[in-house]
Amino acid sequence: MAAKFIAHTELDAWLGRISERYRALVPRREGNAVVFRPFDPAMPVELKARPTESPKAAVFPRCEALLAYKYEKDPEEPGRVEVEVAERRDGVPTVVIGGRPCDAAAFKTFDRVYDSDRVRDLNYLNRREMTVLVSLVCSKPATTCFCHWMGGGPASTAGSDVLMTPVADGHVFETLTARGDEVIGTELPDASDAQMTEARKVQAAAEAAMGEPVDVGAAREKLLALFDDAGFWEAESAKCISCGVCTYLCPTCYCFNITDEKFGHEGVRLRTWDYCMSHLFTMEASGHNPRPTKAHRLKNRVGHKFSYYPSLHGGNIACCGCGRCIRSCPASVDIRAIVLNAIAAPAPRPKG
Amino acid sequence: MQHLEELKQQIRDRLPALDLVIGWEAGFDPLRATPLFMRQPDDVDRLIIGPQCVHNLATHLTGLKGRKIGIVVKGCDSRTIVELLQEKLINREDLVVFGVPCSGVVSVGKIGRKMGSLDYVEGVEFSADSVTVASEGVQNSFALEEVAADKCGRCQYNTPLLFDVLVGEPRPGDVVDDYADVATFEEQPLEARMNHWLEAMDRCVRCYACRNACPMCVCRDHCVAQSRDPHWMTQEDTVENKLLFQIIHTMHLAGRCTECGECERSCPMSIPLLLLRRKMNKEIDALFDYRAGTRIDATPPLLSFKVEEEKINERGW
Ligand code: SF4
Ligand code: SF4
Ligand code: SF4
Ligand code: SF4
Ligand code: SF4
Repeated sequence: MAAKFIAHTELDAWLGRISERYRALVPRREGNAVVFRPFDPAMPVELKARPTESPKAAVFPRCEALLAYKYEKDPEEPGRVEVEVAERRDGVPTVVIGGRPCDAAAFKTFDRVYDSDRVRDLNYLNRREMTVLVSLVCSKPATTCFCHWMGGGPASTAGSDVLMTPVADGHVFETLTARGDEVIGTELPDASDAQMTEARKVQAAAEAAMGEPVDVGAAREKLLALFDDAGFWEAESAKCISCGVCTYLCPTCYCFNITDEKFGHEGVRLRTWDYCMSHLFTMEASGHNPRPTKAHRLKNRVGHKFSYYPSLHGGNIACCGCGRCIRSCPASVDIRAIVLNAIAAPAPRPKG
Repeated sequence: MQHLEELKQQIRDRLPALDLVIGWEAGFDPLRATPLFMRQPDDVDRLIIGPQCVHNLATHLTGLKGRKIGIVVKGCDSRTIVELLQEKLINREDLVVFGVPCSGVVSVGKIGRKMGSLDYVEGVEFSADSVTVASEGVQNSFALEEVAADKCGRCQYNTPLLFDVLVGEPRPGDVVDDYADVATFEEQPLEARMNHWLEAMDRCVRCYACRNACPMCVCRDHCVAQSRDPHWMTQEDTVENKLLFQIIHTMHLAGRCTECGECERSCPMSIPLLLLRRKMNKEIDALFDYRAGTRIDATPPLLSFKVEEEKINERGW
């Protein structure tokens, strides 16, 4: 594993060279939003402000065609229709530069679901294997950050292939995996001892700035106990407008929807992001919806992340603490407050 | 803030007869307020009012139909209530409106652009006409005018148009909104205008916050954007599709949109949606001499039928 240095003045040139070999997704400012876009030398890279969206679309696009199909009448037997199906799987070698350590950790939430003994989502895995994560250490946590509650941290290496730490004149790049080594290569100068010392200082200061983590382990049982407490969920969800911002920006939300889009005799089967805050989520063909109100939907969002997922996946919580759902929520709904309120709520009386 | 205490008292007095009262409380940092649903007298203690109270709380009213609701409104929010009443989407007798005259609300987006980052807001102070934000040990002061939401610069309705209780001094609104921003945009060549929208809509994530935040967007769960049966719109995320949805939203809001700006404020991708809504309102204003939610006893033009509209020359063509 190597430690290299790239000066601020050299970064664009380096990204340009990376772009020749990979699709290099970098954070870029558009309006007031910071989004991931392929590197373009004419557009500045935004490494200071936290990205508004997560880089999950790199491996899990908002919309992808899983297959294309075509109906054809049998000329011999016009009553008979044949269907031709072509599976689609795409993906290009990709490097995400400037995602945060929480974003890298979030991909593990996907892996446990899409790469399990029972299910292997080949479209996802195909892209996942082609994607390298170069994560930027957050020199200071935002008021909405709580990655350390989730076992992460602003300088955590979990899930990243390369860790990139801001120092005075540039960035120190520390490779963590073989894929990381491959991207960084040998052309860059090694980081000096002084630069390494500085990087370690930045990392330690960032970790120290997080304060004491809060233990939310009790949420798992408590959320289950509150499952039928409609009053609790109505109060917690009152201000929520049941939009999709929290889920669409969340690096760990992985639900999808499938629709066939047919035009004449041909069509595509699309997979798009779904979200539990939507009325259509889990809507049954009969018209019955087990989650008819926003209170049910918010219960699902919090319950899934802090209770059901950890129950199914070895205690791992399906939230990386990035705080995007808090910061961009039009109503400033704070998932931390909901979880803490759940833990503090009096145990509901047993039914009977 | 003596008005805050007065407002709290008014709410406490009426709360026993109501299911709940909606106001604002401090959010995750001092710049970000959040809606407060007051059910118990204790909840009223958390109430705040000020330029950080940006949310149009009237968005929640249609979802609470049938309950007795109190609601705190600024001038612009009261227009929503007027429009909802005109369309018979809520009942006046179920509502107690607490009006607060307003001198403008902040645009978090604008402050964010000036500060570089709003990730570390430590403190905010508001004076009559300025905002001071402390972040990462640095303090920056801005004139409220400079960082107010765009809608505030053209607001003529600083005092609510409808209320049961008014707390504070009424403020005259003497600005004229002549849709100059729309007219300026329209001066650009067609291609430039189209490119503007294609570029902005390219970053839409189809989260539908713009729809759900809109108090007049009442189809919500049955929206054309996601309906399966009939399957009106494809789920493809091409920019043309995303723009198509916004055009549909704009058309559905023609003459109904009160320009509260919640669609634009809620968009996490900072897409300038209000310009689209205002374009349609400009036309409605020119044709029908009508602005949504401003005249309590009027019938919105698209809900009325007149054999001959005064400004549309049906027989002269
Ligand atoms: S929590 Fe916020 S972002 Fe999520 S659905 Fe509710 S209002 Fe939208
Ligand atoms: S739930 Fe919120 S804080 Fe947790 S990972 Fe998702 S967006 Fe980030
Ligand atoms: S538009 Fe008018 S009433 Fe609404 S926030 Fe701005 S100044 Fe206040
Ligand atoms: S379209 Fe936008 S500005 Fe108009 S009423 Fe709806 S949220 Fe308000
Ligand atoms: S809120 Fe913005 S990103 Fe979300 S659907 Fe509307 S325009 Fe698109």
